[in-house]
Amino acid sequence: MKILVPVKRVIDYNVKVRVKSDQTGVDLANVKMSMNPFDEIAIEEAIRLKEAGVAEEIIAVSIGPEKAQDQIRQALAMGADRGLLIKTDETVEPLAVAKLLKKVVEEESPELVILGKQAIDDDSNQTGQMLAALLDWPQGTFASKVEKKDGKLEVTREIDGGLQTIAINLPAVVTTDLRLNEPRYASLPNIMKAKKKPLDVKEIGDYGVDIAPRLEVVKVTEPPVREAGVKVESVAELVEKLKNEAGVI
Amino acid sequence: MAVLVVADVHGSSIDDSTHKTVSAALAIGGDVDILVAGENAGDAAAAAAKISGVRKVLHADDAAYGHRLAEPFADLIVSVASDYDAVLKAAATTGKNVMPRVAAKLDVMQISEIVAVEAPDTFVRPIYAGNAMQTVKSKDAKKVITVRATAFKAAEEGGSAEVVSVDAAGDPGVSEWLNENLTKSDRPELSGAKIVVSGGRALGSSEKFEEVIFPLADKLGAAVGASRAAVDAGYVPNDYQVGQTGKVVAPELYIAIGISGAIQHLAGMKDSKTIVAINKDEEAPIFQVADYGLVADLFKAVPELVDALG
Ligand SMILES: Cc1cc2nc3c(=O)[nH]c(=O)nc-3n(C[C@H](O)[C@H](O)[C@H](O)COP(=O)(O)OP(=O)(O)OC[C@H]3O[C@@H](n4cnc5c(N)ncnc54)[C@H](O)[C@@H]3O)c2cc1C
Repeated sequence: MKILVPVKRVIDYNVKVRVKSDQTGVDLANVKMSMNPFDEIAIEEAIRLKEAGVAEEIIAVSIGPEKAQDQIRQALAMGADRGLLIKTDETVEPLAVAKLLKKVVEEESPELVILGKQAIDDDSNQTGQMLAALLDWPQGTFASKVEKKDGKLEVTREIDGGLQTIAINLPAVVTTDLRLNEPRYASLPNIMKAKKKPLDVKEIGDYGVDIAPRLEVVKVTEPPVREAGVKVESVAELVEKLKNEAGVI
Repeated sequence: MAVLVVADVHGSSIDDSTHKTVSAALAIGGDVDILVAGENAGDAAAAAAKISGVRKVLHADDAAYGHRLAEPFADLIVSVASDYDAVLKAAATTGKNVMPRVAAKLDVMQISEIVAVEAPDTFVRPIYAGNAMQTVKSKDAKKVITVRATAFKAAEEGGSAEVVSVDAAGDPGVSEWLNENLTKSDRPELSGAKIVVSGGRALGSSEKFEEVIFPLADKLGAAVGASRAAVDAGYVPNDYQVGQTGKVVAPELYIAIGISGAIQHLAGMKDSKTIVAINKDEEAPIFQVADYGLVADLFKAVPELVDALG
């Protein structure tokens, strides 16, 4: 089968973001950008399915700025076969991303789309579920294990009480959780090879999807800061403070 | 105006997150109804009817809702959504799974994990692991919202809403529940606990985690949490993870033991009332959010703490 893996260019998870003083957003100038970590897990899972003989082709797609080619190239270096960039400098909300991905699915006819469960910038946790809804496909979200069995997909999901295993028909949408796998690093030879793999660039306008935002960002502000606390010298002092100062035990 | 809250049902009861989501709904305004979907969930519907401020409980009973599978559950919510201006569900794993599916079917952009209601169309939500707060105004006629339960007070008991049955919306038959491997514990549930004791990578093994963290939790009647590193290493199950991509907690007391305080971890606990950190590295970032920091070797300090608590 063919697997489609959407990847998003986001601020690196190690960067401490700063809110802009005009409250319009966070400062992205000169900060390190990377592939959303959950999407690396998605790419890795697709590659493992290919290595296991379950999948034949992996297409990495990104909706974002010109520079998102870096993230697609990373996916190609890890082992994806070809890439597609749908170019835009606008902020595209998850609903519009899902609509664009639906168009890509209609063109490419993959049997499986694997996405990260959330992007670590807007923390929305929506796109995979929305894509599944628009396609009327089943969804296996927050996956910690994915196996193809008897023509179906068995997905073990991380849920609040522990783990849940479901079987879903194909075609399907899967979203990744942290424990699904540990993504590989691309080797230098593979990074070189990835430069020659096909990467198609399209304009967002080519798809005829309305991407006008439904949510108007009124403002972006700093979260409330906690007052600096104190260091205690001993366990006895800690217990005393918790009892008499904080009154929590 | 009318708002629908989709309850978090577990067998015959509803989770406290439902009460908190009702508070968010009441803040939006208008009539508030609750949808209780489940298999043999009559008792859960009766429990929902007791939440004060609720007009009506819609009760849908069908085997298709017993395991909260996304496809039939989303279809059910969509089938009743036309009567409402907003549909809310707690941002627990079921809400996160089902609600975006509902939103897309209604052609609505979901507003994820709100922590405050500014106006019936304007909400505050954390982004970038809680390092920024975004205020958004929705232009959609109907709102689909998930609610960070810890940010809202639980609605009181004392209501007596009418319970009406609603028809099941069918099962597209594309997904099937196979099994669940749920963590068994007599300790309080993590998301709602008054005290949480969390352990990190420093514990080194599941044996040490149990030996050091559990006695302290039990002495305090606390829930047990963990960092991602501790979960990844298999010291404790996945549902113990606190953080940006795990559970968000806001207890009266949070004790972080051998946890460095990465932003992804802080995202899940920095709204706790009192934070204690025990770490041997005095530079560890966790101390920047801790009310009380103890620089010490946890293997010595924690057993001492258990003893000191008598
Ligand atoms: C996409 C993504 C999502 C993530 N989501 C989450 C999340 O939801 N939750 C989360 O927690 N993390 C999350 N992380 C991981 C996060 O970045 C950190 O890696 C993780 O929180 C570190 O866990 P830790 O503090 O236990 O380990 P470490 O950072 O290794 O810290 C261990 C600490 O223990 C201390 N220590 C060692 N020995 C002792 C001793 N004997 N006594 C006392 N102290 C000792 C050390 O000084 C150190 O500070 C995420 C990461 C990514 C990329």
